[in-house]
Amino acid sequence: MLAAVSRVLSGAAQKPASRVLVASRNFANDATFEIKKCDLHKLEEGPPVTTVLTREDGLRYYRMMQTVRRMELKADQLYKQKIIRGFCHLCDGQEACCVGMEAGINPTDHLITAYRAHGFTFTRGLSVREILAELTGRRGGCAKGKGGSMHMYAKNFYGGNGIVGAQVPLGAGIALACKYNGKDEVCLTLYGDGAANQGQIFEAYNMAALWKLPCIFICENNRYGMGTSVERAAASTDYYKRGDFIPGLRVDGMDVLCVREATKFAAAHCRAGKGPILMELQTYRYHGHSMSDPGVSYRTREEIQEVRSKSDPIMLLKDRMVNSNLASVEELKEIDVEVRKEIEDAAQFATADPEPPLEELGYHIYSNEPPFEVRGANQWIKFKSIS
Amino acid sequence: MTVRDAINQGMDEELERDEKVFLLGEEVAQYDGAYKVSRGLWKKYGDKRIIDTPISEMGFAGIAVGAAMAGLRPICEFMTFNFSMQAIDQVINSAAKTYYMSAGLQSVPIVFRGPNGASAGVAAQHSQCFAAWYGHCPGLKVVSPWNAEDAKGLIKSAIRDNNPVVMLENELMYGVAFEFPPEAQSKDFLIPIGKAKIERQGTHITVVAHSRPVGHCLEAATVLSKEGIECEVINLRTIRPMDVETIEASVMKTNHLVTVEGGWPQFGVGAEICARIMEGPAFNFLDAPAVRVTGADVPMPYAKILEDNSVPQVKDIIFAIKKTLNI
Repeated sequence: MLAAVSRVLSGAAQKPASRVLVASRNFANDATFEIKKCDLHKLEEGPPVTTVLTREDGLRYYRMMQTVRRMELKADQLYKQKIIRGFCHLCDGQEACCVGMEAGINPTDHLITAYRAHGFTFTRGLSVREILAELTGRRGGCAKGKGGSMHMYAKNFYGGNGIVGAQVPLGAGIALACKYNGKDEVCLTLYGDGAANQGQIFEAYNMAALWKLPCIFICENNRYGMGTSVERAAASTDYYKRGDFIPGLRVDGMDVLCVREATKFAAAHCRAGKGPILMELQTYRYHGHSMSDPGVSYRTREEIQEVRSKSDPIMLLKDRMVNSNLASVEELKEIDVEVRKEIEDAAQFATADPEPPLEELGYHIYSNEPPFEVRGANQWIKFKSIS
Repeated sequence: MTVRDAINQGMDEELERDEKVFLLGEEVAQYDGAYKVSRGLWKKYGDKRIIDTPISEMGFAGIAVGAAMAGLRPICEFMTFNFSMQAIDQVINSAAKTYYMSAGLQSVPIVFRGPNGASAGVAAQHSQCFAAWYGHCPGLKVVSPWNAEDAKGLIKSAIRDNNPVVMLENELMYGVAFEFPPEAQSKDFLIPIGKAKIERQGTHITVVAHSRPVGHCLEAATVLSKEGIECEVINLRTIRPMDVETIEASVMKTNHLVTVEGGWPQFGVGAEICARIMEGPAFNFLDAPAVRVTGADVPMPYAKILEDNSVPQVKDIIFAIKKTLNI
């Protein structure tokens, strides 16, 4: 009967009325879901295989994942319009990773990743506005237009790093600071399957284990390092085992709940003083490596389509919520509409905001330093440098 | 012929000529090269000669140097020279210094190549110029082609050279087409390492550059020619060993010098040229201090207006030339 009434009213496009209908419909407060068991390395037990999702959390994760998805697609559009330049590495398909991880930690914990960073920049607290404006190189960008796609920073979020693998020792260092400060904080240190073959990562593993640093090493395995599939790059593709003496778990990176539980588990391990732990998230990127890579010379369109239709993280959450009466299809559609509007507004801002002023070219070379002069293209062109 | 195709042709010819030559690097084989410079080579030569590496610069650069020590002739590609910093110990300590340390017993016939310097909008970590860094080291040869014939002639010379050679290419130049003189089409076309080329004769001022800025200097020269100022534009082609004689001879003719480079000013290529001029016979022929045009002394910003002002533009070159000539 409710459905019939809603049909009549939606025909008249009476939004307030349909909202009332939705609100008065009885949703469950929470539901229990089974999640995939994680493969374990040097661990007796892993994260739980069932978890409770509240309606509130579900709606929040849905909104966040949809926001990241739409933001990345908008970036794709802006790049093709040449409003975004240079490098642009998109994470659509991998939304469950950034949203799930954030759900498993506290805002006072720390996170560092590589260049596929827009999603994390958002989940760590920056607005879509600031992110898109940074991508378009405007003064309203989170780095005032000076960093671009790969160099966005926020509180307890250390970028955004362009050199493959370099962020991993950095993350171990942040973990060292966490231990040093004694506040039970942890650092999530992310890298990809391609970066997993960087020597400096093994150096970081060794020191993190030796010194029992609260570092969660997280390999986002999306099967391809640029154009090279994992089999062609790694002698062992069991990335969760490559920490050797560091315990590891392999996680379904397309399931936001699985990621959340694994992250909570890993964080608890570190907070208990047991030292580092390694998580491999099996995930997938729909786009190519970057906007200059069509992404179909080294994988098939069928493969991409298969993941989209069977494992899309947003679809998985949506189905779970609708089937367990945690939310309605209409309600989620409404969120979609709101998200679209938010992204559209942010894109408008990002396109209209002016570029940074030329006078600021020399700013931010040193921290905490009295102003000095910076040389431009010749000795007669000078810029002032202010910290 | 584009610069990209010229490098491709040069490598192809050398791979064909000498079976000890092989190419390794990220995405060089099945992807045809991150910037398509090695397009078609894997298809032609296969897995043994064209090798895709994992993202392990320090590791594969070391492996390449080792292979060179054992008599092979590797071409080690860095996807950009920014990533060579990960491997620079192998380039300097294992490649550059070894012939000296072994008193001539152990040579390292390796080529390190890849794009260097600023591109467009790739921000601070991907825009650094390494000409000064590599040019600083004895034992290394460092070349920096500008146009297509430079690219082909220098890559072939680099591969045939028994010493470690760093070839600094430029991503923005890859797609630029140039007229390809008939002699460049020969399979034995070589450009000697250590010789600069005078791209344009002039009488009023010597303008020296390497890589992409050579084009900007020629543009500036065209503009200034209309005002009666004739610039002599020198394309360095080789950073180390630097052809100081050609610069000196030119300065002794024109009495004025401007250097142009994309890299940072401090301790740069221009700084070296100025120092060498002061030490030699050309100093007494200078009517004004030598002037350097360089990248701005900042990490490369992303926003277009800031980036445009962080690289030397034609207007900056013209301004420097006029200041030097006191016009």
